[in-house]
Amino acid sequence: MSDTPMTMAKALNEGLRKAMERDPKVVIMGEDVGKLGGVFRITDGLQKDFGEDRVIDTPLAESGIIGTAVGLAIRGYRPVCEIQFDGFVFPGFDQIVNQVAKFHNRSAGLVKMPITIRIPSGGGIGAVEHHSESVETYFAHTAGLKVVACSNPSDAYWMIQDAVADDDPVIFIEPKRLYHAAKADIADAPTALYQARVVRPGQHVTVVGYGGTMSTLLESAKVAAEDGIELEVIDLRSVSPLDIATVIESVQRTGRLVVVHEAPQSFGIGAEIAARVTEQAFYSLEAPVLRVTGYDTPYPPSRLEHEWLPNLDRVLDAVDKALEF
Amino acid sequence: MSEHVHAVHPEPDMVQLLTPEGQRVDNPDYPLDISDDEIAGFYRDLVLVRRIDTEAIALQRQGELGLWASLLGQEAAQIGAGRALRQHDMAFPTYREHGVAWCRNVDPLTLLGLFRGTNLGGFDPREHNFNLYTIVIGAQTLHAAGYAMGVIRDGAVGTGDPTRDTAVLAFFGDGASSQGDVNESFVWAAAGNLPVVFFCQNNQWAISEPVERQSRVPLYRRASGFGFPGVRVDGNDVLASYAVTRRALDDARNAQGPTLIEAYTYRMNPHTTNDDPRRYQLGSERETWKLKDPIERVRAYLTREAKLGPDFFDDVEQEARKLAEHIRSGCRELPDPTPESVFDDVYVTMPDELREQRTDFTEFVAEVSA
Ligand SMILES: Cc1ncc(C[n+]2csc(CCOP(=O)(O)OP(=O)(O)O)c2C)c(N)n1
Repeated sequence: MSDTPMTMAKALNEGLRKAMERDPKVVIMGEDVGKLGGVFRITDGLQKDFGEDRVIDTPLAESGIIGTAVGLAIRGYRPVCEIQFDGFVFPGFDQIVNQVAKFHNRSAGLVKMPITIRIPSGGGIGAVEHHSESVETYFAHTAGLKVVACSNPSDAYWMIQDAVADDDPVIFIEPKRLYHAAKADIADAPTALYQARVVRPGQHVTVVGYGGTMSTLLESAKVAAEDGIELEVIDLRSVSPLDIATVIESVQRTGRLVVVHEAPQSFGIGAEIAARVTEQAFYSLEAPVLRVTGYDTPYPPSRLEHEWLPNLDRVLDAVDKALEF
Repeated sequence: MSEHVHAVHPEPDMVQLLTPEGQRVDNPDYPLDISDDEIAGFYRDLVLVRRIDTEAIALQRQGELGLWASLLGQEAAQIGAGRALRQHDMAFPTYREHGVAWCRNVDPLTLLGLFRGTNLGGFDPREHNFNLYTIVIGAQTLHAAGYAMGVIRDGAVGTGDPTRDTAVLAFFGDGASSQGDVNESFVWAAAGNLPVVFFCQNNQWAISEPVERQSRVPLYRRASGFGFPGVRVDGNDVLASYAVTRRALDDARNAQGPTLIEAYTYRMNPHTTNDDPRRYQLGSERETWKLKDPIERVRAYLTREAKLGPDFFDDVEQEARKLAEHIRSGCRELPDPTPESVFDDVYVTMPDELREQRTDFTEFVAEVSA
């Protein structure tokens, strides 16, 4: 699509620009999204090009950002809200869970909530507390919300456009530590937004992740391959709805599954996948479904985050356990 | 929403007791009988907290801290407010009140753990009556209101006993004034006539957003709608900040209820060490505020009026150098947390399942590092 490879940050910026060009009802709102272009510069230049009417520096209040987005949506607009950091979505939690998620249902399907809520997420950047949280599970647990996570520039470019175009509310998880990781080309066409993708085929163990963990999974697959173990790596891309069919198809071939996420383990997305795979592919399993996740603790002080996060060693250890079972 | 509304008057009715040139001025509402020795004490505080800040920024540049939120320009607001507190009063800071921490005898090294990533605060707020830093904007104002409710229940208000009557001081920024929590805390404070003083440092910016984004009226005027007094003070004037806060705290202790203080000041440094204000701020604005420096005016007063000579200023400088050295070496020596400590204090009583996770984790970390 583009001749110049770009970072995920730039790809999101370009994707948002396309979304705004395509639909004049798209408005961006958040803290510092205007002149500053957001603290991560994802909206860089958009206020300059589309005006203060369409790229709104809001007062400092997340409940206000989401609540007014609901009103704008009732009025026919398509708001894209930026939450500055994962941990700061919670003052807006009530509006998201009670209003955004339920409005379509409460109005008997008469009113749509085509709101996209972008959340720079996860750890690994040495930040202070509340800046490294994985909040997707709360939203995946809420009926009415869709939850997706990009993991590379090309997906970022296409997924943000599809999320904005979706008539349902979408929680858009952006793994902040990948914003400025390697540049990559943008594919000519998108993969469907709610579809998982096999990013590396393999026959021994299926490993599934999304968002920030994908770089770890790909690295793990490379290292495992040196020992002759071929991991099949799946990027879920969408956490809810969950494209379990792609996972099942893979597990039917490998018989072994490791699920990886940064969010804490208990009652998490790994648990949901394990349950569905057990229900739907029990006789294909050669080993229990294993999880490599954040621990059931608050996100640790940054000096400990690399031990705490799912890392290469932890993923490979789980792969070994799955194979040895 | 088009051009933002420039409805905030630059400096209406601002209490000032020391001009930027170092002249004492009187304000009948805020009489201040203060000795030159005490003013010299404020000067020392101002210089030392600025040095704490300078050192922390340097440590961040050297990679010893992950982040730092500078107080440059806001020293007078913080020292004035901090010195108005009595020992048994309670302070609820944001993440920028290093000057208030200083007044509460909190060792600056105690503050560094959060920014170095060795802990998440890790001190007992009751030791110095100084709460943990709160990063989630505005949350602490409700904690302050709740603490003040406890003070009333304990009968520690309006008894006339200065060793018993207690006030609570809640800090927040101009940006924070938009948060629901802050407005709810105003409602609570008014409804319960709580002994809490809200101290808003209006440093003109919430990261890249000018205060006009948050309010069409000067922030101190918000209070009247909630039913309690609001006052704007020159936040670069340590004497005014002291006098105004002292009076508001007295009112609170005497069961007169809450006050909102807006300390009108300026954030002279980037929002944090991560920020790049060139994208949104005019350099000229900073230059104008430089002329109102909170330290220079006290120095001018002490030199001209109190006739303090170079010995005094050298002594303070000497002390600042020692403090800087304490911070530099102490920061590098802050112990790294052990991996298994992640599981400590998540609960008062650790559930067995978490204990198992801890065992797996520590064994694994040991195995990998072996
Ligand atoms: C609930 C919440 N939202 C967003 C942030 C990110 N953030 C940190 S500081 C800040 C601006 C705060 O401005 P202000 O209240 O004026 O205080 P200042 O930093 O200027 O002292 C923002 C948006 C946060 N910490 N908490």
